[in-house]
Amino acid sequence: MSAYRDEDEDPRLHGIKTKIRVVPHFPKSGIMFQDITTLLLDPKAFKDTIDLFVERYKGKNINVVAGIEARGFIFGPPIALAIGAKFVPLRKPKKLPGKVISQEYILEYGRDCLEMHVGAVEAGERALVVDDLIATGGTLCAAMDLLERVGAEVVECACVIELPELKGRERLNGKPLYVLVEYLEV
Amino acid sequence: MFSKHNAPKAEDPRLKAITEAIRVVPHFPKQGIMFQDITTLLLDHKVFKDTIDIFVDRYKDMGISIVAGVEARGFFFGPSIALAIGSKFVPLRKPRKLPGEVISEKYVLEYGSDCLEMHVGAVKPGDKAIVIDDLVATGGTLSAAISLLERGGAEVVECACVIGLSHFKDDCSVNGKPLYFLVEPRLQ
Repeated sequence: MSAYRDEDEDPRLHGIKTKIRVVPHFPKSGIMFQDITTLLLDPKAFKDTIDLFVERYKGKNINVVAGIEARGFIFGPPIALAIGAKFVPLRKPKKLPGKVISQEYILEYGRDCLEMHVGAVEAGERALVVDDLIATGGTLCAAMDLLERVGAEVVECACVIELPELKGRERLNGKPLYVLVEYLEV
Repeated sequence: MFSKHNAPKAEDPRLKAITEAIRVVPHFPKQGIMFQDITTLLLDHKVFKDTIDIFVDRYKDMGISIVAGVEARGFFFGPSIALAIGSKFVPLRKPRKLPGEVISEKYVLEYGSDCLEMHVGAVKPGDKAIVIDDLVATGGTLSAAISLLERGGAEVVECACVIGLSHFKDDCSVNGKPLYFLVEPRLQ
């Protein structure tokens, strides 16, 4: 059996939790994949998801919302538009056409790399990093590194789902993490 | 409801800023291609918002129940449009990204072929859908998207892109479906 735990009493969270579909053994055996595409099929739940982030970040002088490819591209832009920030995509290698900076990061087996356009973010800008889920925190760390390398201040990382057993929160070097739901395998 | 010439009125004052916000990157991903980079548009909040608003104004009263966005740059625009018009958002993805049961549609590239996938059950008969991508070149990707949605039983009402290559100006359609785009490619 598995369970989601409340971070918060907000009544919208229950609707969001019930719309996330768990797909067992994807992409490989043993992984209970958190599928947010079913959340996107419920306009009210999707809107509530975005509203929860917007309510938290509006009026906080956030200049940049950086979204991690590809599911961060689904949540990041609506948040950016609602809070008056620019949206910056952080992409897998060789996708961004212009000059980029790259940050390598370690996976369970092997390594991967995240890229950001040179000039997209300026020193002193206040940034959020958005992705659908935090697992080990490796990708979020790479994202924060990219932003900090150009002199931006990462204010917070924001994800729909956290897998707390993988301790990604601890890997964020003290940067705050805000999530809507936690997934625990009970 | 649709006119043959589907581009928005040239007098819309927002279009000039949209064109100017797009950056051309020569010879990407290969020699000879003048790549239309919309990431610079996403950096300009007002222009990004105007882009979304133009699509929302067009589709909000048409009973659209599905906004399908083509991975990955369709994801920049599709979800915001879906949220504003109260529709579902359906991502159309490269192979092996979607975790559940999928249907696949192959399509031809200049060299070789590629494949687009959609979750089974994402759309159903009676759904009215639009397809969103950043740019339409040959229409191959949009054709695959239209096929997936129709195989799921949806009616594709229109395809919408920010940028459309000029050979689409005279016949604004892909596989018989209307095509709507805001601007033509920049030369430099």
